[in-house]
Amino acid sequence: MPLALSPTAIPVIVDEAKCIADKGCTVCVDVCPLDVLRISDLTGKAYMKFDECWYCMPCETDCPTGAVTVNIPYLLR
Amino acid sequence: MDDFIDGLSEVACDVLVIGGGTAGPMAALKAKQKNPALNVVLLEKANVKRSGAISMGMDGLNNAVVPGYATPEQYTKEITIANDGIVDQAPVFKYASRCYDIIQELDRFGIRFQRNANGDYDLKKVHHLGTYVLPMPNGETVKKALYRQLKRERILISNRFMATRLLTAKDGRIAGAVAVNTRTSEFLVLRAKAVILCMGAAGRLGLPHSGYLFGTYENPTNSGDGYAMAYHAGAALANLECYQINPLIKDYNGPACAYVAGPFGAYTANSEGKRFIESDYWSGQMMQEFYNELQSGKGPVFLKLNHLHPDTVGEIADILHRVERPSRGRFHTARGTDYRETMIEMHISEIGFCSGHSASGVFVDEYARTTVPGLYAAGDMASVPHNYMLGAFTNGAVAGEHAAEAAQETDLPDYDPDVVRFERTRVLAPTRREDGIPPNQLEYKVRRLVNDYLQPPKVTSRMRIGQQRLAEARQDLETALVARNPHELMRSLEVSSILDCADMAAHASLYRTESRWGLYHNRIDHPEKDDENWCCHALLRKVDGRMISEKRAIQPYIVPIETEERTAYERLRVSNQA
Repeated sequence: MPLALSPTAIPVIVDEAKCIADKGCTVCVDVCPLDVLRISDLTGKAYMKFDECWYCMPCETDCPTGAVTVNIPYLLR
Repeated sequence: MDDFIDGLSEVACDVLVIGGGTAGPMAALKAKQKNPALNVVLLEKANVKRSGAISMGMDGLNNAVVPGYATPEQYTKEITIANDGIVDQAPVFKYASRCYDIIQELDRFGIRFQRNANGDYDLKKVHHLGTYVLPMPNGETVKKALYRQLKRERILISNRFMATRLLTAKDGRIAGAVAVNTRTSEFLVLRAKAVILCMGAAGRLGLPHSGYLFGTYENPTNSGDGYAMAYHAGAALANLECYQINPLIKDYNGPACAYVAGPFGAYTANSEGKRFIESDYWSGQMMQEFYNELQSGKGPVFLKLNHLHPDTVGEIADILHRVERPSRGRFHTARGTDYRETMIEMHISEIGFCSGHSASGVFVDEYARTTVPGLYAAGDMASVPHNYMLGAFTNGAVAGEHAAEAAQETDLPDYDPDVVRFERTRVLAPTRREDGIPPNQLEYKVRRLVNDYLQPPKVTSRMRIGQQRLAEARQDLETALVARNPHELMRSLEVSSILDCADMAAHASLYRTESRWGLYHNRIDHPEKDDENWCCHALLRKVDGRMISEKRAIQPYIVPIETEERTAYERLRVSNQA
């Protein structure tokens, strides 16, 4: 069975102007229990790669520049 | 990151602790303190800094046995009654006797506990009979405090490694574990003289009503891997039919009432704003009353705070929005729910296994030993009932100390390399397929089946159909599951744990032909509690590749329970209600 892409609206938003992942910061990626954040090869900034969020907030709380915002996943809102 | 790397390394240690949430860090610390010469490794699927049920901290201790407020005898009695008599009291009594030391130790780590004007610990009454709840004013710092201690003791931490199976020696003794890196899929064989499983609840078993796979009450990293590993290693698991089901905010996976808001005067109410249960302490009997009210004309059920002074509500909100599940403020704001104005709609959680809140866990004795020599378990996945966070810390400490002693007296056991070869093939199978069923789809289906067929009220014929459907899902898991990167492989392995737990839930629920623990094991076609035949543990294990269950007698009580006390938790409904 071939696979298709099914889009979802993601809960974790990164403000690229504030994100310093391109300077070597990986805090949000490191602390996420579900390991759903990555640094983009294209922009050098953090982003949510997998929509598998517990909206638990370590990424937002531990971000040194306040770049990360955790929203409630749409299905629960 | 996220590319497959073919690799296999091997390390040897004295004590291997799997799971760096709550019990695990304490187990590792205590093993090392017991004998600093020991090599102690702490393995974690996520990152120890923010892993596990208390990733964002905790509001307080739910079961503190503090001199002047309660005695170990009282607490043991309360838990025996709350758990419908199915309790080996020795591990509960051990916890109750030891937990005060652990509170003081956590205090030394920098975790503060609420004190009254005299400087004494300021406990609150939430349970039906005794007083055990102790708020933690800086509860959001728990993980940081633990992490400092781990660094100080130079515990070796391996993050982002997911353990998949335990290794045993020819004589049946534990020999270590196999793990796979969650970002590269490289294998790691960890040889050990003693292994302590601290892998949390099986929290991703039922599907939340929202349909969002990760909107579970438990941290969804706790996918029951520890239960599955213990099962495949031949360890006995106790009373799995005593599910965890919790009262939560509707659509949001945060608890609320009993331990935080309750002591301030909030309570669980029906749609008329009236109390219908005497005690908000989480027990199966309380959950049954909650369920009954939910289904009745007076439903749904609410958390009621709007009768309290606005400042009091503010104080409660400050705690609820800071620790444990801090995004709940956002949830309520988005819906326009003001705690001061309206009651908050509640619902019941999906099912899971968790001794922390109920009694479904890997069977352990008062030294946290499982039935496999050299294998220990602590925290939410070990069978000490109603254990909560302080139970995880305390029994983690007990496990760490005993494992350190055991490791001292043991040579490193050998394992069978064929088992590791076989395990690599099993684990990597989804990566060898070009296309098939992705883990998220298979997981959704398995958990939807759990909801449809296994959640209470339980019906025999329905559960049997569920077993057939789950067997079909297993066929898909073994022949069609596909993982395109290491992250998806981790999810695939988690689906395998979830499916094992679903099979165990069905098997255990069918075995106990009575109803017990209120809603947790409410069997419609066996509606009565049958003390004559079922006042015993039901132990499930794998024998010759097959799942079997058997009865095991409860150890004679250390603390006697009077006949009248025995039924205290059966009288939870407010008496002036119809």
